[in-house]
Amino acid sequence: MNQLGLGEFHSFNAAGRQFLYLVPSAAIFALDEPARALLDALVSRPRNRSDLLTDVAPLFPDTDLDATLRELEQVHAVRLIAESQVKTPPPNIIPLTPFPLSTAVLNVTNQCNLSCTYCYEYSEDKIVDTTNGSQPKFMSEETARQSVDLLLRESGNNPVVHVSFFGGETLMNYPVLRQVVPYACEQAAQIGKRVEFNLTTNATLLTTEMIEFLALHDISVTVSIDGPKEMQNRFRVFHDGGGTYDVLLPRVKELLKRHTSRPIGARVTLTSEVSDVVAIYRHLTEEIGFQEVGFAPVTTSVGRDYELGQSGFDQMVAQFKALADEFLKSALIGHHHGFSNVSETLEEIHKGLSKAYPCGAGLGLVGVATGGDIGLCHRFAGSDEHRLGSVTDGIDREVQSAFLDRHHIENKTDCHTCWARPLCSGGCYHEAHTRYGSSEHANLHYCEWIREWTDICLHVYGELAERNPEFLNRFN
Amino acid sequence: MKHIQAINRKATRMENSVAQTQDTQSTTDDVVALQDQQGPPQQPEGPHIPLGCSLVFSPGWEVDRNGGTAGLCQPVERDLFDCHRGCFWPAHVPDQLNHSPDWTSKCAAAQKDWRKVDLIFP
Repeated sequence: MNQLGLGEFHSFNAAGRQFLYLVPSAAIFALDEPARALLDALVSRPRNRSDLLTDVAPLFPDTDLDATLRELEQVHAVRLIAESQVKTPPPNIIPLTPFPLSTAVLNVTNQCNLSCTYCYEYSEDKIVDTTNGSQPKFMSEETARQSVDLLLRESGNNPVVHVSFFGGETLMNYPVLRQVVPYACEQAAQIGKRVEFNLTTNATLLTTEMIEFLALHDISVTVSIDGPKEMQNRFRVFHDGGGTYDVLLPRVKELLKRHTSRPIGARVTLTSEVSDVVAIYRHLTEEIGFQEVGFAPVTTSVGRDYELGQSGFDQMVAQFKALADEFLKSALIGHHHGFSNVSETLEEIHKGLSKAYPCGAGLGLVGVATGGDIGLCHRFAGSDEHRLGSVTDGIDREVQSAFLDRHHIENKTDCHTCWARPLCSGGCYHEAHTRYGSSEHANLHYCEWIREWTDICLHVYGELAERNPEFLNRFN
Repeated sequence: MKHIQAINRKATRMENSVAQTQDTQSTTDDVVALQDQQGPPQQPEGPHIPLGCSLVFSPGWEVDRNGGTAGLCQPVERDLFDCHRGCFWPAHVPDQLNHSPDWTSKCAAAQKDWRKVDLIFP
């Protein structure tokens, strides 16, 4: 009767203190010694209130342990055992529609001047037939304008909207970019809104004129690049198999020199043969001059030879940890560090995000295919199976609701016992689709890695919260 | 809170919410369900879980006493005491005025004695 047990949380240590990351609220509390002792006592076995207080009392004769315990109960770190054993599934609360859009990712072309072996748009894992499919190879100016119109029309009260240019290789449709950017600014200004742009490119087609254009319009740029020459040239090659490093290097350097109003980021795809995270980071930041570098393992179905296997994952996490430690050292003295995987996770931890969906796809973000079909995100744009409407007909709210209903974390029973679910929420839909054939599946091949990575970031967060809390203000 | 310290923004919000609940509970601890929504607000600000018909000891039809759906009320005798009087979806019970005045005579405390509620066969 009335046995007290532990609630759901992940505990971690940083700066000599113990912290709790509560699940599913994603709140973080630091414990004092009596609170810690009460929780420790409950780890061995549940017990009733008076036994627990009696057992711990000799250690802290001067402390009001009852008040301590009440605080732990109030945040559900300690619960009645009957309550904690009943696994109440997270309530399946579907966001109210029409959910305002904040981002439209425009696939301005599905053509590319490279033939990267692992590319999800062209490899054996592709979803959309970009060669013989129904989608045109290039987005027309008309469709791009309609995409902007749709974004603004559906943006609700958002004062800022984001237009993201994606491909294929984005710059192969530069003429449309040049037209649609001023158009979007004009249209937004008319209704008192602002547009921010970003663009992802392999940088091999950059010209001085394009760089000037990107700088003039404050367009954030992400360069897909895998690292030093031998790593970059391993998979990122032209159609004839030739390496791309020597072509992009002078162009990237010119971009970094001219375009300084926005941080220029590098985005690295980790594969079986390109996995030396620290060396890649050093090269991209110190030798080339990128301000930010983000890493992601390649999206692949099982058995591809470029797949990052289990040992690759272990190695990756170890190197992520080394870079995260470096990040912490810089942050403690208030300096910038460009390992963006950490800063992005820290922001989510700081805000205490607890996600019902892994990302904004199909919610505040949509992808627009070259022909104007709306997809969940850029990775699904053009796929009939994942179509959410079109820029001419608008978003199909029924399809969207059905999508949200099916993909809610409540349906991912595998995730219900995982402490990392507030941040992960099952992971990327596209990854799941490629790996398991369904976007509704949780990415179970990532679980260990996600938990380890989240723990590393929580540690960094705890250290910063104790030793340099001002640093965290940037995430407010 | 003195023994646990809120670190991130969510924790601060929880702390505020707990403090607010304590404040309001001490002054206006009121039943929320089935109240008239017209007129001036009768409830204090703060987190509010609709209680449905779960006023006493048994769970409700829409939400259980924890605000979830794991412990909804079951269509068995133990719900009768909540349902047949005040519930918007009243349960069918025997006519206690004319035919079955002793229907609940053996059931002094519903929490303990609900099994003694008689079945009535007309």
